[in-house]
Amino acid sequence: MKPLPDEALGRLREAAALPDLSGTRYTLVRELGRGGMGVVYLAEDTELERRVALKVLHLDDASPELSERMRREARTLARLEHPNIVPVYDFGDLPGGRLYCAMKYVEGPRLDEYARQRHSLPERLRLFALLCEAVAYAHARGVIHRDLKPENIMVGAFGEVLIMDWGLARPASESDAPGHVLGTAHYMAPEQARGEAIDHRTDIFSLGRILEELAGEPGARPPKPVTGIAAKAMAADASLRYAGASELAQDVLRFLDGLSVTAYRESPWDSLLRFCRRNRNLLLLVATYLAARFLIFFWTRL
Amino acid sequence: MPYEPDTAMGGPSGRFPSTRHSAILSLKSANSGERERAWAAVTESYWKPAYKYIRIQWNKSNDEAKDLTQAFFTAAFEKDYLGRYDAAKGSFRTFLRKCLDGFVANRNQAASRLKRGGGTPALPLDFENAEGELESLPVKGGLDTEAFFYKEWVRHLFSSALEELRQECAGKNAGYEMLERYDVDQTAASYEQLARDMNLSVTAVTNQLAAARRRFRRIVLERIRQVSATEEEFQREAKQLLGSKWR
Repeated sequence: MKPLPDEALGRLREAAALPDLSGTRYTLVRELGRGGMGVVYLAEDTELERRVALKVLHLDDASPELSERMRREARTLARLEHPNIVPVYDFGDLPGGRLYCAMKYVEGPRLDEYARQRHSLPERLRLFALLCEAVAYAHARGVIHRDLKPENIMVGAFGEVLIMDWGLARPASESDAPGHVLGTAHYMAPEQARGEAIDHRTDIFSLGRILEELAGEPGARPPKPVTGIAAKAMAADASLRYAGASELAQDVLRFLDGLSVTAYRESPWDSLLRFCRRNRNLLLLVATYLAARFLIFFWTRL
Repeated sequence: MPYEPDTAMGGPSGRFPSTRHSAILSLKSANSGERERAWAAVTESYWKPAYKYIRIQWNKSNDEAKDLTQAFFTAAFEKDYLGRYDAAKGSFRTFLRKCLDGFVANRNQAASRLKRGGGTPALPLDFENAEGELESLPVKGGLDTEAFFYKEWVRHLFSSALEELRQECAGKNAGYEMLERYDVDQTAASYEQLARDMNLSVTAVTNQLAAARRRFRRIVLERIRQVSATEEEFQREAKQLLGSKWR
């Protein structure tokens, strides 16, 4: 046996880690990212001549639980046809036995990267409302995502939002083994963190956390109604949260339209300010008219 | 409660792949023959990283490191050090390194002449080869003890897997030669160059190289499985080696 220098170790490791795409319709372009389950590559679909995101499990003999999770993700995505949910194109196993899933390649920033760019609050909130509608669509089909977080959400080239990574998604009727906790702690609802039975309101909690982060800006606090919406979505008691993601979206859209929101009880002064902001043009017109009448009145008296 | 932060890789699983049995589990076997074979497999996997570790991290001479390595693996078998491994407390590799640290520290303290235990013949370990590797590959400083031991273990694992692949391919196909030239030595810069040099089509090179990589990967995984006590440990080790960025 000859000694292997460090550089050769690195190359061998990469060679052994690369998915074997021989005999498939895909060729590898580059790695896009990696997570607990596997690696996501940018690949070229040579048949259709388009780029796809190819998710490949780390191991060819991964545990049955992981394989099942990937299979479930592909099936879940296949039945969730929505413009804001990333579509799945293909699923199967590679020559080496590793499972793969080909999905639409979204060229754009992740939501956390998007949030760091200089977009206005209304732009960010409109995006958030789209996200809520996609989640509401999944809930209506009995699917809970269970791992909503900015890293799992992409913003496309046309400003569209796409929810990725449905590996933990489950039909609302199914539950994990008691005490088995999956998800990301920061975005996880208390009942999910405790390993208790969950329903679609666990996603509402995650949406509230996302809203809190999306609406925040360095050195500036989000408007109080937005903070109130996020707080209601993140209520520790699930029964106090929004009943559905659509209701959450509606409250955000009401705020954008200058209307009162259900999650925040405003003072009379807040109501007056909001009324003035919402009717700014009309109030300006009335003020201009009154000023003109006032001037004409005194002019004719001179 | 098992908690998996950031949707980390799967949970417990009842399956343990059976191509190669776990030598770590067999260390506890009641059958002395099985225990001896397991010990031989563990020694084969770890003697070289252990020797280099003693040479570099404990700053021992060539002869001292040879004696300590022989004595450690002999004592590990006779006194059943390694049979005390508890998978719930961490990886076998870390356990073995800590046993080795304790063993060398004790020997230092006693400062006595090393005695090879109980008339057991010296292990047939190729120390000249290991010493030659240390000379031809000067070990870079700055790695902590765990990282050093891990890297030397990976080096030995890959070298052994390459050797197994070479023997499998001998007289059958050029897969090993392609892997060696393209991924190990980099004496071929492209598939086209390999195809020209070996008088094959580019498609044949692509397919044979892919098959050789696939087989190399399989051998590596089988060897990791052999020195893992549980499915969780195997998954963790395999993911660390093949599923994460190289540190």
